Amino acid sequence: MADMAVVAQGLGKRFGPVIALDGVDLELPAGTVLGVLGPNGAGKTTMVRILATLIRPDRGRAWVAGFDVSARPDAVRARIGLSGQYAAVDPFLTGLENMVMIGRLYGMSARQARQRAAELTERLDLASSAARLVRTYSGGTRRRLDVAASLLAAPAVLFLDEPTTGLDPQGRLALWRVLGELTASGTSLLLTTQYIEEAERLATTIVIIAHGKVIASGTPAQLRAGAGGDRLDAESPPGQDPRRLAAALAGLGTGEPTVDSAAGRVVVPVAGGAAILPEVAARLAASGLTVSELALRRPTLQEAFLTLTGEPAAGPADPPPASAAAWPASRTRSPK
Amino acid sequence: MTAAAQPAAGRGGRIPARTSVMIITGRNLRRLTRVPTLLVFATVQPVLFVLLFTYAFGGAIHVPGTGRYIDFLLPGIVVLAIGFGASQTGVAIADDLSLGMVDRFRSLPIPGIAFLAGRVAADAVRNLFVTGLMVGVGVAIGFRFHAGPAAALAVVALAVATGVAFSWLNLLLGLAVKESESAGLAGLFPVVILFFTSSALVPVATMPGWLQAFARANPVTVITGALRALCLGGPTARPVIQAAAWLAGLLVITIPAAIAAYKRAASA
Repeated sequence: MADMAVVAQGLGKRFGPVIALDGVDLELPAGTVLGVLGPNGAGKTTMVRILATLIRPDRGRAWVAGFDVSARPDAVRARIGLSGQYAAVDPFLTGLENMVMIGRLYGMSARQARQRAAELTERLDLASSAARLVRTYSGGTRRRLDVAASLLAAPAVLFLDEPTTGLDPQGRLALWRVLGELTASGTSLLLTTQYIEEAERLATTIVIIAHGKVIASGTPAQLRAGAGGDRLDAESPPGQDPRRLAAALAGLGTGEPTVDSAAGRVVVPVAGGAAILPEVAARLAASGLTVSELALRRPTLQEAFLTLTGEPAAGPADPPPASAAAWPASRTRSPK
Repeated sequence: MTAAAQPAAGRGGRIPARTSVMIITGRNLRRLTRVPTLLVFATVQPVLFVLLFTYAFGGAIHVPGTGRYIDFLLPGIVVLAIGFGASQTGVAIADDLSLGMVDRFRSLPIPGIAFLAGRVAADAVRNLFVTGLMVGVGVAIGFRFHAGPAAALAVVALAVATGVAFSWLNLLLGLAVKESESAGLAGLFPVVILFFTSSALVPVATMPGWLQAFARANPVTVITGALRALCLGGPTARPVIQAAAWLAGLLVITIPAAIAAYKRAASA
């Protein structure tokens, strides 16, 4: 395990009656990106806070950059960068002052800190606003400054908790580009997100967390495969009720067809790949229905995520797996 | 688990506590000059206190045994101004908590006490300025030290020490209530109550009997009494020791409690 940036074993954390984490195991090999994907309240932030030494787990152990987070928090803190859910920068300091302050608190000299801050403001497109008070920044600029601050000490392990939440599409793309460069240069990154696209784009490995447990993990391709075979997309031509198409295709695949009435589209989870197509053609011929488009494809990560988390999708989606249905209600994070 | 990555800044573990306290003090002093409320609490308000209390009450109140009312008044309103100013420390830490700043600082390789001590140190600088400003304005309208320069320096030192205790108390309050408006009220409320039931404006002997016992034990009375003794002359040992005991007691309770609250602090 010497080349693991993060190892967590059986992490558990409870806040009063709420079980935030219920035995989470994960590994982040050094130099890779782990995307932690999950709905709101899944326990993502609690996990980051434990790994960043902000709270102690009730049970389980975790090592970051080789150090036990409970036994050697200072050693961990000297080797991590954290950008939490809020842009934690002082509104009454300038961007540059914020960065120099944090750099110095990591033990840099004033000169080193200024040099490093100048480098990062350039790289994160903050140079033009660095001399202004943060109070005058837009949300996206503030967020970039926060990420820049977490990069100051060139940390071995970087934790980003929903880094692009609240950013506009342009800001999101800019941050993705920076994070891509960063991880290409060998920084180990643990990233939480609610955006599947973000996890797919940045992460080497993804773990999906729901109700404080890891319910799936793997590469994006493995997770898509885990969503149960392929998807058959059939589009009903205008004027033909897509529900009739769904009825004709019912029982064909491994799950019930999903109907998107507005788009006239029917999606059926199927197994066996292209071998299913003759049967599709036969059923269409028998029912006298036509399709304007027919495609067999791999499930999207979105579909995999919905299948695995059992979160409701639009329309009568695949029923959640038995394990999802078995989550006791008490484990869900109830609103206060 | 053996190959540990190099510490970020090339140094092992923590940076020296003194360095981190100085950096955080610098942050708070910068804020002091930029946050409008803080600026008002440190400049306009102390001057207004001196002028308003002197001219509004000074004509009506005559304190037997003292010359000018302002000689009697100034020590008490210095305590009031410092108490009001300290409420902003609770507001600031509650803001830091809700903005995620506390999380950020707690994820840095600095000792837990540095973040709080840096705040208290900046407050002490502010209180030095506030005390000087109030004495300056007071002197302009007739205030005089009657017990010599050493006692005058002791007045400033005791005022700043009072501010240190108030700052720790407000850090604790801010971390406990977690929300800036409540933190401001939680900081101001006790100061207002204790100020008006103390000897700050009028001698305790003029109060109704039931209030006198409370007023005499009131820490604002005790601290004002010590400051007044140092300003006016007369026996100082006993009042100063009493004031020091109050402040020491307050610090012994609030410092460990504030540090513990900071370490447990969660922004969510």
